[in-house]
Amino acid sequence: MRLRKSLVMLVYLLFVLVPIYWLVNMSLKSNREILGGLTLWPAAPTLDNYRVIFTEPTWYASYLNSLSYVSMNMLISLLVALPAAYAFSRYRFLGDKHMFFWLLTNRMAPPAVFLLPFFQLYSAVGLFDTPIAVALAHCLFNVPLAVWILEGFMSSVPKEIDETAYIDGYTFPKFFVRIFLPMIRPGIGVTAFFCFMFSWVELLLARTLTSVDAKPIVSQMTRTVSASGIDWGVLAAAGVVALLPGIAVIYFVRNHVAKGFALGRV
Amino acid sequence: MKPYNNKAWWLVLPVFVLVAFSAIIPMMTVVNYSVQDIFDPSTRYFVGTEWYREILADPRLHDSLMRQFVYSFCVLAIEVPLGIIVALSMPRRGLGVPVSLILLSLPLLVPWNVVGTIWQIIGREDIGLYGWILNSLGLDYNYASNPRDAWATVLVMDVWHWTSLVALLCYSGLRSIPDVYYQAARIDRASSWAVFRYIQLPKLKNVLLIAVMLRFMDSFMIYTEPFVLTGGGPGTATTFLSQTLTQMALGQFDLGRAAAFSLIYFLIILLVTWVFYTAMTHNDNKG
Repeated sequence: MRLRKSLVMLVYLLFVLVPIYWLVNMSLKSNREILGGLTLWPAAPTLDNYRVIFTEPTWYASYLNSLSYVSMNMLISLLVALPAAYAFSRYRFLGDKHMFFWLLTNRMAPPAVFLLPFFQLYSAVGLFDTPIAVALAHCLFNVPLAVWILEGFMSSVPKEIDETAYIDGYTFPKFFVRIFLPMIRPGIGVTAFFCFMFSWVELLLARTLTSVDAKPIVSQMTRTVSASGIDWGVLAAAGVVALLPGIAVIYFVRNHVAKGFALGRV
Repeated sequence: MKPYNNKAWWLVLPVFVLVAFSAIIPMMTVVNYSVQDIFDPSTRYFVGTEWYREILADPRLHDSLMRQFVYSFCVLAIEVPLGIIVALSMPRRGLGVPVSLILLSLPLLVPWNVVGTIWQIIGREDIGLYGWILNSLGLDYNYASNPRDAWATVLVMDVWHWTSLVALLCYSGLRSIPDVYYQAARIDRASSWAVFRYIQLPKLKNVLLIAVMLRFMDSFMIYTEPFVLTGGGPGTATTFLSQTLTQMALGQFDLGRAAAFSLIYFLIILLVTWVFYTAMTHNDNKG
């Protein structure tokens, strides 16, 4: 039984890792070797592709751009979603169920639908080509998700805690920040991870809302096509480097993910 | 029961304002486009429901809608059971937990266009591992020219990319089951199938709701990965709804028709998700 489980896990991890290995493998090869034929590991390992990324301003600037809008988005999403999730988990109010489902519908809106209106909207308010525009646009799908996940975590905290705190003379903001938030730290961690993930990998909106100054890494990667064809090596290296911040985030929240969303009703 | 208090609206207000800004205004713009014929910003005519009628009769919509439904169905049919199996096979304690969590989440963290690129390379018969293996086995595999292979590649790519999400959600769901449940099952000599069917699956219901809804929405909106991998081809074999729409809106700059398409597209997702949501939360509301 145990053996069978380990076997399933190993096979699946292999399935997950082979394409990742291929990406790393490619990033260490020269373009000639990549296109020359099938090699299971780099015959002449080279860091040239990584050198391009860390020395050319367009490349590392685009990393910083991506990081800046992703962290802004995480921050905004959490700031607005925390009180809202509290309201949904603790009270009934006029139209609460409709409001909750309406929020979810925004997670369903295909970004392709919103490309043009977003472009016009953010151009009109003078935010086009700034990281804040992308951060706000990504709120469209991250805020509903954040509310959804946080609401589940908050519902699992007994209501008696709130009541005791109010009897002890805490005001709402003080209770919320000092007592409530520390109790749902795992939920905040998991939510931050999801916001990070969905914002970091999104291409369509990020590309449409930026041109030069705020160009994100994902759209920089689509521009490795030159006269001599696609620069596969640099593209692969950029992909590998793009994995790193995500690995850092998942490392920090690993215990929280394990403990579970499954608390409460989510 | 939760107390009824309309002051709670103040807490929801920031979310409402923010999401309204980035959802309602653009949505109104789309509605506005969908009833007009626009030549340039100053020359526009009201055309009523003409675009809708044209779109609904457009074979491109029918074809890609069919493809989209088949695709999303396959995605759910493969990824949900596979994700549950993987979650059940995850180690429960020790160093294996963080290691497998991080390894599992790797595919989720790859930017979507890179996902397409990876599979584009790995599926090639000359320089890619999988393409090479398949061809050495005597299969005539080529995702660029054979629609069946293109479909298989896009599906396998999606399974690779997203099954981890289902697995992670289910894993955290499984972790919330107290040990006493398993002990009781052992005393009753329950088979492992019975444990799964009557203990684990009911506890997973809520995370599965999230998993199924997220996977349905995202697979229904898939754009970047097949666009990079196959460009929608060969022919239109892997052209899904988002791509048809983007071609219409940006490629042909056919605003009115694209806007009408957008709204119909959105309504379809809304309808299907609503059905899922109501069906799966039905019991909660009763209890």
